Amino acid sequence: MLRFLLFSALSLTTVIAQPVDFIRDVQPIFAKSCLSCHGEKSQQAGLRLDAKALAFAGGQSGKAILPGQAGDSPLYQRVAGVGEQARMPMGGKALPADQVEILKRWIEQGANWPDAASASGAAIKKHWAFVAPVRAPLPAVKNLPWVRTPIDRFILAKLEHEGLSPSSIASKTTLLRRLSLDLTGLPPAIDEIDAFLRDPSPRAYEKQVDRLLASPHYGERWGRHWLDAARYADSDGFEKDKQRSVWFYRDWVINALNRDLPYNRFLIEQLAGDLLPNATQEQKVATGFLRNSMINEEGGVDPEQFRMESMFDRMEAIGKGMLGVTIQCAQCHNHKFDPITQEEYYKIFAFLNNSSEGSLAVYGAEEEMQRANLFRKIREIENELQHRTPDWKSRMAKWEASVKDNQPNWVVPKVEIDDISTGGQKYIPQPDGSVLAAGYAPTKFRVKFTITTKDTNIRAFRLELMNDPNLPLGGPGRSSKGTGALTEFEVEIAPASNPKQVRKIKVASATADLNLPERELDAAYYDKSTRRRVTGPIDYAIDGSDDTAWGIDAGPYLRNQPRKAVFVLAEPIGDPNGLIIDVYLKQNHGGWNSDDNQNHNLGRTRLTYTTSEAAQADPLPAKVRELLGQTTRTPQQDQLVFNYWRTLVPEWSEASRQIDELWRQHPESESQLVLAERGDMRQTNLLLRGDFLKPGKAVEPGVPAFLNPLPPNAPRNRLTFAQWLVDRQAPTTARSLVNRVWQSYFGTGIVSTSEDLGKQSDAPSHPELLDWLAVDFMEQGWSLKKLHKQIVMSATYQQSSQVTPELLEKDSANRLLARAPRLRVEAEIVRDIALAASGLLNPRVGGPSVYPPSPEFLYQPPVSYGPKIWKEEKGLARYRRAMYTFSYRSVPYPALQTFDAPNGDVSCVRRSRSNTPLQALTTLNEPLFIETARALAQAAMREGGKSDAERLTYAFRRVMTRTPEPKEATELLGLLERQKARYTGAGAHLGEVQAWTAVSRVLLNLDEAITKE
Amino acid sequence: MTTSRRWFMQECGVGMGALALHHLMAEAGVAAPGNEDPLAPKKPHFDSKIKRVIYLFMAGAPSHLELFDNKPQLTKFDGTLPPADLLKGYRAAFINPNSTLLGPKFKFDRYGKNGTELSELLPHTAKIVDDLTIVKSMSTDAFNHAPGQLLMNTGNMIFGRPSFGSWVTYGLGSESRDMPAFVVFSTGKKGPSGGNSCWGSGFLPTVYSGVQFRNVGDPVLYLSNPAGIDNQLQQETFSTLKRMNQLRLESIGDPEISTRISSFEMASRMQVAAPDLMDIRKEPQHILDAYGAEPGKPSFANSCLMARRLVERGTRFVQIFHEAWDQHGALKRDLPINCKDTDQACAALVTDLKQRGMLDDTLVLWGGEFGRTPMTQGGNDGRDHHPNAFTMWMAGGGFKPGLVYGETDDLGFNVAKNKVHVHDLHATILHQMGFDHTKLTYKFQGRNFRLTDVHGNVVHELVS
Repeated sequence: MLRFLLFSALSLTTVIAQPVDFIRDVQPIFAKSCLSCHGEKSQQAGLRLDAKALAFAGGQSGKAILPGQAGDSPLYQRVAGVGEQARMPMGGKALPADQVEILKRWIEQGANWPDAASASGAAIKKHWAFVAPVRAPLPAVKNLPWVRTPIDRFILAKLEHEGLSPSSIASKTTLLRRLSLDLTGLPPAIDEIDAFLRDPSPRAYEKQVDRLLASPHYGERWGRHWLDAARYADSDGFEKDKQRSVWFYRDWVINALNRDLPYNRFLIEQLAGDLLPNATQEQKVATGFLRNSMINEEGGVDPEQFRMESMFDRMEAIGKGMLGVTIQCAQCHNHKFDPITQEEYYKIFAFLNNSSEGSLAVYGAEEEMQRANLFRKIREIENELQHRTPDWKSRMAKWEASVKDNQPNWVVPKVEIDDISTGGQKYIPQPDGSVLAAGYAPTKFRVKFTITTKDTNIRAFRLELMNDPNLPLGGPGRSSKGTGALTEFEVEIAPASNPKQVRKIKVASATADLNLPERELDAAYYDKSTRRRVTGPIDYAIDGSDDTAWGIDAGPYLRNQPRKAVFVLAEPIGDPNGLIIDVYLKQNHGGWNSDDNQNHNLGRTRLTYTTSEAAQADPLPAKVRELLGQTTRTPQQDQLVFNYWRTLVPEWSEASRQIDELWRQHPESESQLVLAERGDMRQTNLLLRGDFLKPGKAVEPGVPAFLNPLPPNAPRNRLTFAQWLVDRQAPTTARSLVNRVWQSYFGTGIVSTSEDLGKQSDAPSHPELLDWLAVDFMEQGWSLKKLHKQIVMSATYQQSSQVTPELLEKDSANRLLARAPRLRVEAEIVRDIALAASGLLNPRVGGPSVYPPSPEFLYQPPVSYGPKIWKEEKGLARYRRAMYTFSYRSVPYPALQTFDAPNGDVSCVRRSRSNTPLQALTTLNEPLFIETARALAQAAMREGGKSDAERLTYAFRRVMTRTPEPKEATELLGLLERQKARYTGAGAHLGEVQAWTAVSRVLLNLDEAITKE
Repeated sequence: MTTSRRWFMQECGVGMGALALHHLMAEAGVAAPGNEDPLAPKKPHFDSKIKRVIYLFMAGAPSHLELFDNKPQLTKFDGTLPPADLLKGYRAAFINPNSTLLGPKFKFDRYGKNGTELSELLPHTAKIVDDLTIVKSMSTDAFNHAPGQLLMNTGNMIFGRPSFGSWVTYGLGSESRDMPAFVVFSTGKKGPSGGNSCWGSGFLPTVYSGVQFRNVGDPVLYLSNPAGIDNQLQQETFSTLKRMNQLRLESIGDPEISTRISSFEMASRMQVAAPDLMDIRKEPQHILDAYGAEPGKPSFANSCLMARRLVERGTRFVQIFHEAWDQHGALKRDLPINCKDTDQACAALVTDLKQRGMLDDTLVLWGGEFGRTPMTQGGNDGRDHHPNAFTMWMAGGGFKPGLVYGETDDLGFNVAKNKVHVHDLHATILHQMGFDHTKLTYKFQGRNFRLTDVHGNVVHELVS
């Protein structure tokens, strides 16, 4: 014992005496004792010790080497045999004590490992999913006659290997119902069933496939899938959970799928549609994908914090929904399992970080036409004016010279904003001296801007209302239309030497570049008072009344122009020893509920002052003012100046009046949240532990080293990133998508963890098939419709879903697909089947979201945080497909939530599929389900034939597609008879309706009704 | 049937989310799935002290400085600025942190055998103070409501994580055959800022999410028969459905059909059991009086009483959200109102459980998402959000009665002694439920997730 201690002490001294050299001392130990299990050939527990990066990344149980902390490093603990885990090398002799000491000292001294002493990147075997897929050869099979498509070869080969045979083909009715539910999410109508049953052609099934793929409902069904991944919802989330306008994005998804927009284009437009050359409205709308993040506008939030949260959310949605790799772990630290570093995470982040988050005015097809017409007519009038006046250019130049220098000098002071006065709204200073309102939007408040200056003789203030890409429709206000209203403009001063000596300064007069006639506030700003609250000319901002305000809503399009007002003081102010000037911008014209879209606040504002006398609001639009006298102007810029100047030419007053009239015909827009690129590049820093208050080193846009490289020389922007993501060499993009499509058809993906194909994913059941499908998909031009056809034409897909004890025994999870799966349909389809079978379904595609019946109390406190809008549809909109149901993130629609519909908080690529009593209560008792039962009863009585048996068959087929078995018919007719018997005499007809309703209700509640067999 | 039993064991477990209580299955005459039903009662890692939880969530964040944590120094320095070094790196939601200090607005006194200090606003809590474990050194990371409530309820500030109640249900299953395992009430002025996600199942199967109950009318949506459908027809419907589904089961052999059959049977039982649960007229008058509950009138008190009735019926986790405590202003007016609405029922609940011998294995937990600033907000009648220090209390479930744990500094600004982070609280409660919080995990996106994320230490001093 004594000797042993002595030995240890001695060797310890020796080791301390000289620093451990990795190559000389450590690597030989690894080579001799560790690499057989943790080397190139084998990585037990995911740990590999011949490659530096992988060794430091650690294994499944985390890091193995913590430089400087030998005692805490599992590598040391395991070889030393301390702690609870088994000693290493597993099953071999313990390392000699001196070798253990060497490893300990090496770690303690910082685990220095020269890069050169590492297996090179190329030598490291990559995880299968990180290598671009190649088309696998079709495997040999015995039962060739069964095979219809290449898919079947892969499935059959495995079945034969396992000693199983595929099931027989499903019946025609089962096939048609399955196909209709899969491709359109709707059951087949009776005439469709009959047509298919009557069609003797060998192509009968394929004709149905083509018919259904061409149906506009195809885009709805598969669009809903994508909307899960895109975490689509119609509200902001968090406590206020206000409505947002994003349905143009939802419709873009549906339309893109219906016109079979290639999947690579589909992704590019969603990530960078705005950066495509001559981007269309549609392509900009597509960037709504990135804007489906939640927004927190509760009082007191730091907008930058929640911008970061949105960024993280976007990263996750891209990782899960497009890349198929969970990258978000690397937000806070290097990924434990996949080779993505934290720095690489922020390199991708940097591609997305340079954007502004506003909304775009968007127009439907009809409105687009109106606009085109309008602009053409205006242009024609202006062309005519120019044509009739050949010297218009010189006349305009003369005018420009005359007004070029007619503006006073405006001083841009430093403005301090009092925290309490903002009512919780945050102000973000901008480089030009303006401030941008953000975060919580109070509906009534009086913000205090404080200027401290030694300037004297200040005579007037100018308030500029400016556009900003982060404001709704570009602003200049914060209301959902991008407008705002200024209730009062007030000024107080105090000497800097005595801040308490406050004196109010009267505003003598005010001018503005826009003075609209008086108008009562929109209903959106109702504040529960009985006062008549109006907007109007600029005088309303200095009249001392809380009920009047300067308004800027000049109608569609024009309301989103920058505006300005000038306020002339009754006396000049200033103090050479310093003067504190408090300017109050009272904004009292919002509605009663600051938790809803009722703010009427100014958005981006700049306050300046002048010493000049008789200052007035410049009537020239800011953009025109900028262009005055510029020698190198584009024709568009000339036109912009002309647009304004022509209004001043007396003999053109009639033409200008006509143009004003045309502007009044400009249609209203919808709005859509979009992403737009910022002009100046925002710097991206790695965030330590993902905390936005702890920026680390700056990073440049880039991609993880383990994936395909970026194209050389391409600009480092979002478009390049999007193109990289859909490169033919991108290893996971196509695999991830075909895997999810497969999951939707068969219940489980070829890789069951469809959100993650990385190292922690479950092993694929048919790896060659996955690669074959991915390659085929890309080579077929990324066509989703071709992919669907490829799958549904297979014999694998067309099998019966009959479950036998043998199959349950051998493959209970049905991963081998010796039968078709039998799956409860998704939440929306549960509802859609009832609507379609009953005949109530309103098949309209697209448009604003709707409000089917729902318990009102859900949308009121104390269930909801604030009161929410739920105007139950009374007309046909009540029966729209379930995917159009207005979706509040914080109050999910109950009938859908119960059936596992995600609420859009985060990206979802795999829904759970539960089976609960609440589902039973919903389909039995929920009002709309009851309506469908009644409607189905009436349809059966009206159209089903004369006898009860005929009527029953009719109703049964509308729900189940097939005809009832005799035992089933007996059961249902028995119920019918017993119910009818409860009504006699005068109530007989009513009784018949009731009895049929009871039968219909049973049909719609059957397991089979909501199951794809 | 052997094969379908195996099928159940392998496939209906966590992940597929099929619901089938085995005794119900036996009744239905089909295969008993053993203990693989996702809601079947499960054994934790070790013996549990807590079988069920009633979580009184005081959303909006009550002021620890007016209710539990008496700070005479704050009175002394009322109207002065806090020390500058205290504010270094401090972020506040609304106020400029450099605002003046505000002395407590209500009087404190000592109560119970231990002479525990409590506010005059909590006279009923004062009577049970010896049954409580009061933690004055709670601390959190969030200072906005939604993230704060999510952190307290899911262990993370972002959306998409499973809630505390769903983790517990996932870990222990349900002991009720006709009531949901995890029930949620909302009784304040409005719903909680974190919305449904406060009781959602996140990435856990949806069977584990909380079911919202109302405390008037139908407690569960779509519970009552619709107009035109009487009980006789409803029963005939259930029995026809069962026979029809069985015909299909015989013909196609899919065991999921038997799960559907039992779901409908449980729905049928819920239709009977839930109205009975709700009918608090069946409680003796002295119990109604003790809670301050009035039949038919929705209130926090009614929900507390229903919480007791639910846990008696085997519900695992009941959570009452009372969103009312966000006193940025009107502290002097609103705090007494909030206490009046809640104090009596909280105390009655603890007393009632104790009298029934249920307090030993039921945890009652009281608290909000963070505390409030020692500094004033706007005038001298309000406080801003404050994550650094706040108070919570527990009763039952092996938490040490009469213990006051942790201290804050003289201003109630920071924890001075024995800090208990939200993650530590979660770890400790899970420990009392029989779980090693590092091992109650669920694999999602290639990672084993847990309620305490990568944090949390059991605070052994709190429990016996």
